[in-house]
Amino acid sequence: MIKFDHVTHTYPSDRENETVSLSNIDLDIHKGDFIAVIGANGSGKSTFAKHLNGLVLPSKGDVIVDNYNTKDKENIWDIRKKVGIVFQNPDNQLVATTVEDDIAFGLENIGMEEHKMKKRVEWALNLVDMFDLRNSEPHLLSGGQKQKVVIAGALAMHTSYLVLDEPTSMLDPRGRKEVLNIIKKLNKEENITVIYITHFMSEAAEFNKIIVLDKGKMVLSGSPKTIFMQASVLENLSLELPQVTKLARLLSENRLDFPPNILNEEEMIEKLCLFI
Amino acid sequence: MFIHLKNVSFTYNLHMPFETEVLKSINLVINKGEFVGIIGHTGCGKTTLLQIFNGLLEPTEGKILIDGIDIHKEKMKLKEIRKSIGLTFQYPENQLFEETIFKEVAFGPKNLGIKDDYLEKTVKKALNMVEMNYSIYKERSPFSLSGGEMRRVAIASTLAIDPEVIILDEPTASLDPQSRNSILTLIRELHCRYHKTIILVSHNMEVVAELAQRILVMEKGRIIMDGTPRKIFQDFAEKIESIGLALPQVTYIMYKLKQMGKPLNSGILTIEEAKDEILKVMKKKGGYDEIF
Repeated sequence: MIKFDHVTHTYPSDRENETVSLSNIDLDIHKGDFIAVIGANGSGKSTFAKHLNGLVLPSKGDVIVDNYNTKDKENIWDIRKKVGIVFQNPDNQLVATTVEDDIAFGLENIGMEEHKMKKRVEWALNLVDMFDLRNSEPHLLSGGQKQKVVIAGALAMHTSYLVLDEPTSMLDPRGRKEVLNIIKKLNKEENITVIYITHFMSEAAEFNKIIVLDKGKMVLSGSPKTIFMQASVLENLSLELPQVTKLARLLSENRLDFPPNILNEEEMIEKLCLFI
Repeated sequence: MFIHLKNVSFTYNLHMPFETEVLKSINLVINKGEFVGIIGHTGCGKTTLLQIFNGLLEPTEGKILIDGIDIHKEKMKLKEIRKSIGLTFQYPENQLFEETIFKEVAFGPKNLGIKDDYLEKTVKKALNMVEMNYSIYKERSPFSLSGGEMRRVAIASTLAIDPEVIILDEPTASLDPQSRNSILTLIRELHCRYHKTIILVSHNMEVVAELAQRILVMEKGRIIMDGTPRKIFQDFAEKIESIGLALPQVTYIMYKLKQMGKPLNSGILTIEEAKDEILKVMKKKGGYDEIF
């Protein structure tokens, strides 16, 4: 479990007041959770992500990862093994000349024996469906494939929490789908806990739980159905409904028996079939 | 001003061991006042094509004519070209570097020799176009702004040289929905109100479908489709999906329903259109009026 206990974070700022980027966050993330984090630009999402593995430390309060406090320096490497972070731009995160070597990078750093390492890399490659491309050069892969290699690199460390900070914002539609499908599979089959930051409301709708940040505060949390019922609240937070949900609401305004809280395309098609 | 590409190919590292051909015999005319969307999967050559448009890259084969003039034949022309074809790269806020927003936006026009009162007027006008109040923002540091505001300043820097054609590479990536919508409104204004020619590259199919009048679909360095959004997303729906792209969400829903034999018009691009079409069909099926 990752526990946020009254976490506040302030950045020093060039203006008179220091900038509060996280404000009194209380949150329990349980093993196997599948959480999306949404919020306007500057709402504290990335700072939140960096707290999860001690890249940034709380100014007040504590972040506890499986009983390790991120503030204790001797724990930091154990924490980083448990919590892997994937950032937006895959090109900045790939280091080696082949896919296999890239995934092995973290393991080499912790001095793992070669035969063990080989097995671990193979395992991680299979988890992200990239075994066939293990000898490819990373720069020749598509955006989605690159992100999968980055994810595999984290998994190879036996990460149990995967934090992804807008991993699809530079990808084409197929790449977005690939990444989303893989993390769904990792959550379902390997029970990897996923914390996924996104600006795409349609992506957030696919998670079990959504957390909404605003000016560093956690202002809403709940299932996508409950979050996306609150259209005007979201709008005030610079957010919006997924396109499909917008359509469902418009239809339900005209046709009272039509459900207003549809979240994805499949559900919409199914419902419309009953009506037309 | 019109842009004409004649048989343009581009190869990186020409005659070298790692030579890669990224554009393959592209023929294309973009007319004054058009709003063109370009889509294609990562690595299909979109960004290279944009750099050909404003003369940053020279075609390794073929030529690019602007208003009928071969821009690489007469080297002197390039500065003129860049003045009239503004390019905003991906994540343009990473290229901000000045101390104040004024200096940032003034950088381009100053390099073109604009000074004093006229410079101030130019900067004011550019900030005005992106709806940023000149007196409030001019002395602020661009680095104290939010992501959406930084993107606006970057676009204003392009507008400050008063280009006729504005090229935008993924202008809304990583912006929250509200900032995204306001940038899109801004782009629409640049087209409708200021009559700029717009060339927009995006992975967001909903955005391209709603804004562009014409879509170019690229694959492996070629333009494989060229037509209105309605034509592209209706007639080539399967092809679009097979090359790693997608239909806009509502277009996809209508397309699937039509495939299932529902009597719907499938060339739908926006939520409003979808709503109207669905309600129309629901009404036909009956039961609709009885509720009211």
